[in-house]
Amino acid sequence: MEHIITPKVEYVKLLNTYPEKKSALGTLYLTATHLIYVEQTNNNARTETWVLHHHILSVEKLPLTASGCPLLIRCKTFQLLHLLFQRERDCQDVFQSLLRLSQPVKEEELYAFLYNPHQNEEDRRQGWEFISVANDFSRMGLSNEYWEISHLNKNYEICSTYPSILGLPKNASVAVVTGSAKFRSRGRLPVLSYYHKDTKAALCRCSQPLSGLTSRCVEDEQMLQAISQANSNCPFIYVVDTRPKLNAMANRAAGKGYENEDNYSNIRFQFQGIENIHIMRNSLQKLLEVCSMKSPSMSDYLTGLENSGWLRHIKSVMDAGVFLAKAVCDERVSVLVHCSDGWDRTAQVCSLACILLDPYYRTIKGLMVLIEKEWISFGHKFSHRCGHLDTDPKEVSPVFTQFLECVWQLSEQFPCVFEFNERYLIEIHNQVYACQYGNFIGKTARTHTHKHTCMLHEKTFSLWPYLLKNQHLYRNPLYRRSLESTVLRPSTLPLHFKFWCGMYNHYDRGMHPKQSVLDQLLSLTQKQVEGERTMTELQRVSGFVEVLSVWRGIRLI
Amino acid sequence: MEFAELIKTPRVDGVVLHRPFMPTVEGTLCLTGHHLILSSRQDNTEELWLLHANIDSIEKRFVGSLGTIIVKCKDLRVIQLDIPGMEECLNIASSIEALSTLDSVSLMYPFFYRPLFEVIEDGWQLFVPEEAFKDLESMTDEWRLSEVNKDFSVCPSYPSLLTVPKDIDDESLCKAASFRHGGRFPVLSYYHKKNGMVMMRAAQPLTGTNGRRCKEDEKLINATLCAGKRGYIIDTRTIAVAQQAKARGGGFEQEANYPQWRRIHKAIERSNVLQESLIKLVESCNDQSHSMDRWLSKLEASNWQSNVKEILTTACLAAQCIDREGASVLVHGTEGTDSTLQVTSLAQIILDPSCRTIRGFEALIEREWLQAGHPFQQRCAQSAYSNGKPRSEAPVFLLFLDCVWQILRQFPCSFQFNENFLIMLFEHTYASQFSTFLGNSVAERVKLLLSQKTVSLWSWVNRPQELERFLNPLYEPNNLVIWPSVAPQSLQLWEGVFLRWNRSTKCLDEAYQEMVHIIEYNKELQNKVNSLRRQLAQLETEDSPLQTP
Repeated sequence: MEHIITPKVEYVKLLNTYPEKKSALGTLYLTATHLIYVEQTNNNARTETWVLHHHILSVEKLPLTASGCPLLIRCKTFQLLHLLFQRERDCQDVFQSLLRLSQPVKEEELYAFLYNPHQNEEDRRQGWEFISVANDFSRMGLSNEYWEISHLNKNYEICSTYPSILGLPKNASVAVVTGSAKFRSRGRLPVLSYYHKDTKAALCRCSQPLSGLTSRCVEDEQMLQAISQANSNCPFIYVVDTRPKLNAMANRAAGKGYENEDNYSNIRFQFQGIENIHIMRNSLQKLLEVCSMKSPSMSDYLTGLENSGWLRHIKSVMDAGVFLAKAVCDERVSVLVHCSDGWDRTAQVCSLACILLDPYYRTIKGLMVLIEKEWISFGHKFSHRCGHLDTDPKEVSPVFTQFLECVWQLSEQFPCVFEFNERYLIEIHNQVYACQYGNFIGKTARTHTHKHTCMLHEKTFSLWPYLLKNQHLYRNPLYRRSLESTVLRPSTLPLHFKFWCGMYNHYDRGMHPKQSVLDQLLSLTQKQVEGERTMTELQRVSGFVEVLSVWRGIRLI
Repeated sequence: MEFAELIKTPRVDGVVLHRPFMPTVEGTLCLTGHHLILSSRQDNTEELWLLHANIDSIEKRFVGSLGTIIVKCKDLRVIQLDIPGMEECLNIASSIEALSTLDSVSLMYPFFYRPLFEVIEDGWQLFVPEEAFKDLESMTDEWRLSEVNKDFSVCPSYPSLLTVPKDIDDESLCKAASFRHGGRFPVLSYYHKKNGMVMMRAAQPLTGTNGRRCKEDEKLINATLCAGKRGYIIDTRTIAVAQQAKARGGGFEQEANYPQWRRIHKAIERSNVLQESLIKLVESCNDQSHSMDRWLSKLEASNWQSNVKEILTTACLAAQCIDREGASVLVHGTEGTDSTLQVTSLAQIILDPSCRTIRGFEALIEREWLQAGHPFQQRCAQSAYSNGKPRSEAPVFLLFLDCVWQILRQFPCSFQFNENFLIMLFEHTYASQFSTFLGNSVAERVKLLLSQKTVSLWSWVNRPQELERFLNPLYEPNNLVIWPSVAPQSLQLWEGVFLRWNRSTKCLDEAYQEMVHIIEYNKELQNKVNSLRRQLAQLETEDSPLQTP
């Protein structure tokens, strides 16, 4: 609270960007957690806009105009607030307060440590246990003849950014595992991401090898050999480096790099060309500039979209995901995927491949499991990538957003195969940035310790029970379970990728369809449930009445 | 008959048909006067029946003695036929070329087509101007139906009956006609019941370089204004283009002569530019390259989406003037047969809920396109794959349908018809067994005796068994004006037409079926619940005299 200079400012204008209609007049409140704008309309109706401080990306004071002092607030949820203050003082006060409030310095300042969704300790504990990575391993059929669940990393000693339980090939010895870990960047050794029961092919992930220009490591070579041997269907494995070749080569000079095909027996190596976090960040920046252009022409928009490169990057992630799924499912070949550290691009493409391969991950709960498994437990640096705390802006990158968008692109091509709708993806996106729940906090390189996890589980709540409780909002009425066994084979021709207006222009309601088919169908499915209930009830009553009248008929005779 | 001379080889066996996303079919290829038919003689595979009129262009290729013909259709489909034997292939190719480019209208398929269904409701009688006028009369008495053009001599592209202000006599109409391009003097297009404002359309005034004026023209359009009110003239051309038109005898309304009118210029492209845009768009949609930048830059360069945006924006402007500003509007471009009609018909879809029903939409097409003299035959002679130099071909109507689709996408519950209805109309404008879109004007259609010799599209479409496919299950009539968003983010490429043959529609079809299923099931359930309630109520009343034991 000490950061709030002025808790309330009256007569603040909220300017509309699209459509450019009359702006609203209202009161602005600053609380410890939110910025609240209350609009006064003529008929005494109140419309409130709540913006979480953590959602604020930047606050910018624009040059004074005749009508007042403008303040531009950009949000990580792609909301854009253009406020106009009457007095320069108020504007300055709000500006300063927001600067501080939107950039917490210490982890304890995050909303999750304040927030209590009215749950008791038991609920809290159950919430944290709700999603279990171990259960997902057994769902895949682990342990089995070839793969086992290993506890070698239970104290995060082999790799501090990996989960405590790992899927490893049965015939990899402890020496091979630890040796391989030492040859991989940050100890992120090759481990199982997904096991495909039908083909016995496995999807594995790791970080780049410390091969430099000439180094090699026998244990690492044996590790890959073990992965290969765990799939009797195929004598080789694919090793996919998701980076552009040039980037990977540059890493060799720094003692890192990629696998030399001469040293590893039976690998087929290839690059996938997904760009790094900095290029992605800049690309999103450019995309958002396009989204916030004032009445652009079609040509401005399309040229801007092209120049942002955003859809090109989305396509590159999708292409890589499709390659992995095809290898595992169609070619029955196991794949090992890495990028540099193996927590950004690798997480994107492995989780995408899982969705393509396994219908379970297309369900509401399945997506939670997938995010928990491939992103959280494998140490995706949410705090850095989302800029939760005031840290290095060069670490921020929309890696997770891109993954969600790929899922959305798939749902556009396959409208019946996902249990959830677009709103689920957007809600997850907003929650990742909100830090209202503890799931995405502190996934930075060295905080992945037992102690820290315990602290989070004691002081914050888990997002998943909240999402599950509201799952009726996120259902896809067109979802058909009967289709679920199919592997998805999306087209990745450029023309099948669309701009995701629902995400990047989410708050420009005027741009969206004015009638929503989704709402219409959701209310119908709701009506259907009620109708079926009434039906059973009526049938019961009418059966009773009939019996009664027959019985009376007999008595009358 | 004469077609026989053009068919050098009527039949070839062992022909293989390749279509994207469909299994290949091997069978016998037959050429008839109007169709290319491929039949596998197996029960379970679909036959191909293709109207020659639907063929836009063909390409031949040879590998040894195996010939291949790539057939590119006006509905944008591309199919491949592998034909054994070089001579057969050449014969087939030259026959298709000859049969698909017949110039004489009377040789077109509609004159040979005999319906296999009983015509219950004759489409030719469905939308007569007298009926539309009766509706108007019930709302206002300011207008009359003029027969000044009954022999099409005043304006060859207008119908014989025209709605004009009551106080303007036929003589004045003739004078106004001589002041407008092609004799297209201002006539009523739409009457907005809510506030009594009107939309009129015309062709450009023939002011020329020396600023000609015409008192009758001025009087005619002023007659539509309420006392003290101003109206808007929407010129679909930019001011620069309108200025240039002066040199060729055309021009625009001078403020001095039309003081009660405010003129607004928009920038809808002329028809030859639109054809170029379509060709580029279709070319980029067929590009199999995996470069995203290439796709986006080609999409942008085609300008198709820009055209959609500009047309919709102009239509919204016209609708806004009428509904929000409470002003009357006159719309024209150069000839008044293309961009003008796009704007007036779309404005009506925005303003008038009845245009969003199937009948209402058919009536709109009949009124604002067919009777208003859009030259369908010239515009739809060739489509995006044509090799020939374009004469007057242009996807003017297709752009209108695209804009309707954009509005439908934004208001999915406000239309009685679905996307398939629009796609069907697109197909029939380019090639059809029905003659509705033959000819360039009412006068030409009368001369061709279409209503006696051929079948109307509406006679077929409006049969309940056909209509079913075109009904929008989400439709809930609403009486509101619907304002579409014209932000670039809100306008999408019409995949149903442009990517129709470039993608597998299996998943999308399933989604549509599922949606229909949910809606149907719900209706059924509600009906069951209601009937059970009634039964129960009945049982209870029958029982009521009895005392509960």
